Formats: sequence, C-alpha cells, structure tokens
Amino acid sequence: MARVSLRLVALAYLLFLLVLPVGLICFRTFEHGVGPAIDALTSPSALHAFQVTLEVAIPAVLANTVFGVGVAILLVRHRFLGRRVLDALVDLPVAVSPVVVGLALILVYGKFEPIGKWLDQRGIEIIFSIPGMVLATIFVALPLVVRAIAPVLEEIGIEQEQAAWTLGATSWQAFRRVTIPAIRWALAYGMVLSLARSLGEYGAVAVVSGNLVDQTQTLTLFVQERYQNFDQPAAYAASFALAVIAVCTLLLINLLRPKEGTR
Amino acid sequence: MAAPSEEAGAVTSAPPAVSGGGRRPSLGVGLGIGLATIYLSLIVLIPLAAVVWRSSEGGWSGFWDAVTSPESAAALKLTIVASILVAIINLVMGTLIAWVLVRDSFPGKKVVEMLIDLPFALPTIVAGLVLLELYGANSPLHVNLAFSRAGVLVALLFVTLPFVVRTVQPVLLELDPQMEEAAASLGARRFTTFRRIILPSLLPAMLSGTALAFARSMSEFGSTVLISGNIPFHTEVAAVNIFGQIESDNTTGAAAVSTVLLVVALVALVLLSLVQRWGSRRG
Repeated sequence: MARVSLRLVALAYLLFLLVLPVGLICFRTFEHGVGPAIDALTSPSALHAFQVTLEVAIPAVLANTVFGVGVAILLVRHRFLGRRVLDALVDLPVAVSPVVVGLALILVYGKFEPIGKWLDQRGIEIIFSIPGMVLATIFVALPLVVRAIAPVLEEIGIEQEQAAWTLGATSWQAFRRVTIPAIRWALAYGMVLSLARSLGEYGAVAVVSGNLVDQTQTLTLFVQERYQNFDQPAAYAASFALAVIAVCTLLLINLLRPKEGTR
Repeated sequence: MAAPSEEAGAVTSAPPAVSGGGRRPSLGVGLGIGLATIYLSLIVLIPLAAVVWRSSEGGWSGFWDAVTSPESAAALKLTIVASILVAIINLVMGTLIAWVLVRDSFPGKKVVEMLIDLPFALPTIVAGLVLLELYGANSPLHVNLAFSRAGVLVALLFVTLPFVVRTVQPVLLELDPQMEEAAASLGARRFTTFRRIILPSLLPAMLSGTALAFARSMSEFGSTVLISGNIPFHTEVAAVNIFGQIESDNTTGAAAVSTVLLVVALVALVLLSLVQRWGSRRG
C-alpha cells in the first residue's frame, strides 16, 4: 500500500511538472495540422535562426571537445602545481548564471571596454555578433566533455599507452590509436551533452547577441521573440523542434552511457 | 619527433624506446597547462574578474547601494526565498522519485527513468513556454500561475528536478538490502528502518543534490522569463533584474547583483565539496 502511494505521488509530480506541459506543446504545435507547423518552421526568419544556432553551436562544441580532452588528460594523468585549482575552475561555469556569463563577456569584449575597443579598432566585433555568442556558449558548456571522459581515462589507466610507447609509438600515435579509441563512447557522450547544451542555450546568448532579428537570433531567441510578439504558432513550432532535439539527445546519451569504460 | 607511421608493423619493428619510455615529455605537459590556462582565462576568469571589478568601482558603498536598491533587493530576496523552497521540495520529492525508480517496478519505468533528464536537455526558454501553456492564462487545467510567484516556483522546480534524483539514485542502488532486512527482523518498523538505516547513508547524496538544485535555482534565468512576466517587486528574479540593468546600460548595478550571485554560487560549491568529502569519509 505504501509502495503504491509513493509511486502515485512520484508519478503525479512528474506528470504535472514534466509530462503534461511538454505534451501540451506537442499538441499545440499540431493543433491545426502539420501544414502550419511546417510553414512556421520554414519561414525565412526561422531558417535563419536555425542557421545561426548551428554557426554558434558547432564551433563551441569543437572548441570544448579539444579543450575537454586536453584538460581531462592533464587532470587525470599528470600531477602539477595548480592541478586542484584547474580542477575546480573547470566546474565553475556550472554555478554561474547565464546572464552573468553574458555580462562578464560584455565587460571585457564590449566596444566600450579596453579589450573590446582594441579589437574593434582592428575590425573584430565580438559582442552583438557570432564570436561573442560562441564565447558565451563555450563558457556554459565548458565542463561537460571534461567530466564525461575524466572517469573513463582514470579507469583505463596508462598501461596500454605505456605498451605503445615501449613499442616505439610517439605520444601522438599512442594518443590517436590507443587513448582515443578507449574513450570514444565517453567522448561521444560528452559531445552530445555539449551539443544539446549549446543548441539550447538562451540566457547567455540573449545578453551578448543583442537579439537582432534575422542577424544574431538563435532558435531559442526566436522562440522568445515570436512568443512575445504574439506569433504563437511559430513559437510553438520552434519549441517543438527544440524539444525533439532534446528527446533525441536523451535517447543518444542513454545509448552511450552503459558503454562507459569499454575495455 | 618521428613522422606518424600508418603501418602498425613499422611500429613494432622500431627498437624499444629508451627515451620517453615511461612519461610523456614534460614540454608537452607544460604547453598543455599553458594553453588550458589561456583558454580558461580568456573565456571564464578575466570576464568574471571584470564583473567583480566593475561592481567595486563605486567602492563598498557604491556596491552596497546597488545591491540594496529597492528593485534589486526585492529581486534578490525573492530569488533566495524561492531557491530555499525549491531546495526543500527537491530534497523531499527528488529522494521520493529516486526511491520509486530504484525500489519499485511498474510498466513504463524505463520511460520515466529517461524523462527525468528532460529538464537538463530542454532549453530553458522552452521549459518556460511549456509551463506557461499549461499553467498560464489559457490553461486547460484552469490553473493560472502566469505572472505570479507560484509560477516562478514551478519554473524553478522544473529545471532543478533531476539534481536530487540523479545524486540519490546511484547511492540507493548500492545500498545493501540485508541491513534493512536485519532491522526489520529485529522488529523495527518501516519508518524506523528508513530513519535509522537508510537515511544516514543517503544523506550526503541528498544534500549534494539539494545544494546543486539550490545553486541552479539561484542563477536561473530562461525558464522564468516568460512565466513570471518579470514584474519588478513581485516576480522579478535576480537574473532577470541583472538582464534589465544590462539593457538599460547600468552595468555597474548589474555587476553588483551578479557579484552577489557569484558569491552565493561559490559558497554553494564549497559546501557541496565539503558534503561530498564528508560522504566519502563515511562511505
């Protein structure tokens, strides 16, 4: 009896907080058939928002992947002065509000700040354009790859790489042919998480992009702008698209997770 | 360094390496540390330092005035109170959900299991939109929480849902049921077993998850934007307050409120690591 009532409480909580709201948005998107939803998603503004989203997310994921692999190897395999500081710093972005991330970048790279002005005079615009949005996205997704692969690196140990070195492999060969294959599932897991976070980032990007319609508007900014301009169908359709991406992410990470520690 | 060889055979025919047999060259390590530091500095450290720096431009009194200006103070108060409530609700509901997922079995459990992570995967603005659809003016349930503090709370509960569940679940899975059976065989009632046997081992995980949920809730922005209506003195949370100040070019005020959020986040992180250390010592 207690078991059933606990189950009911848990499921009811999830139903009202999670399932019904997300389900309702799917219903609203297709309320008037598939046609209007497709029209809303293929409008020039929506397509442009898709494109901007990818232009921001892909460089951010690539940067964080390279950084993530490098830092995870440093943290797991090497002992050096400041290692614990680096370890703590990697987690810092999780605790920072997205709006603060945006403000922080503006205060350094904005046109009226010393560094931003110096860059601006050389024709490099960061804030209110794609580079700033990429920086903001890198910031918020920074720890994901590191934290996905560090435990696996720890688990596989160093013996196989040592074997490769004894056989005369260079560091790069050992890395490419021994380390990378061993961590590939964890790496894929981290990259999927980063990609999802990067595609879905709203707050930090909202601050640094200036939300210029048809210029720096990502899909999440499109949702908010359309909704507040009473173009609900477009907002619903874009939300639905983002929700589909989120569900695909969940399916992918569920596939990748049990394969951690492939030996 | 030798050119990378594509042939595995070529590698085996090379003489056993004498130099660098055990360790990566330390030059590479130094370079890596340098690059990582530059990367982190340019993207994270210098910008965050700039926030703190800007907030201190007017001295301590300038900072204090900015933080205690009526609108900012109201936003901070709402954020702190709401985050404490969110933390408590998550502590209870998160543990309960983790319990049901580990100890109970019912059809569709796999799907529920997967759905728990949805708030992490769903963009926050979409989270806000879906909640506003169900609990807004056109609510099919006839519950209108739009532009109310309750609406803010629901949005925060949505985005923080996975934290406690995901920290408690693995610990619960590892828990040895024999201890509980022993307690029960000695005549302990269910609640006593829970309080004396299960709770002590779960507590560090529960507290870590709660700290994470609290920190997230303090910093949350996207999900509250649509449902709260951002009414100053009523539903405006700290992050929205910062956003408003940035838009009206008051970066000093924005930096002051941001600094408060940064400090709270740091304190939460430190507490979290203390709890984790305490937990691992007991484990």
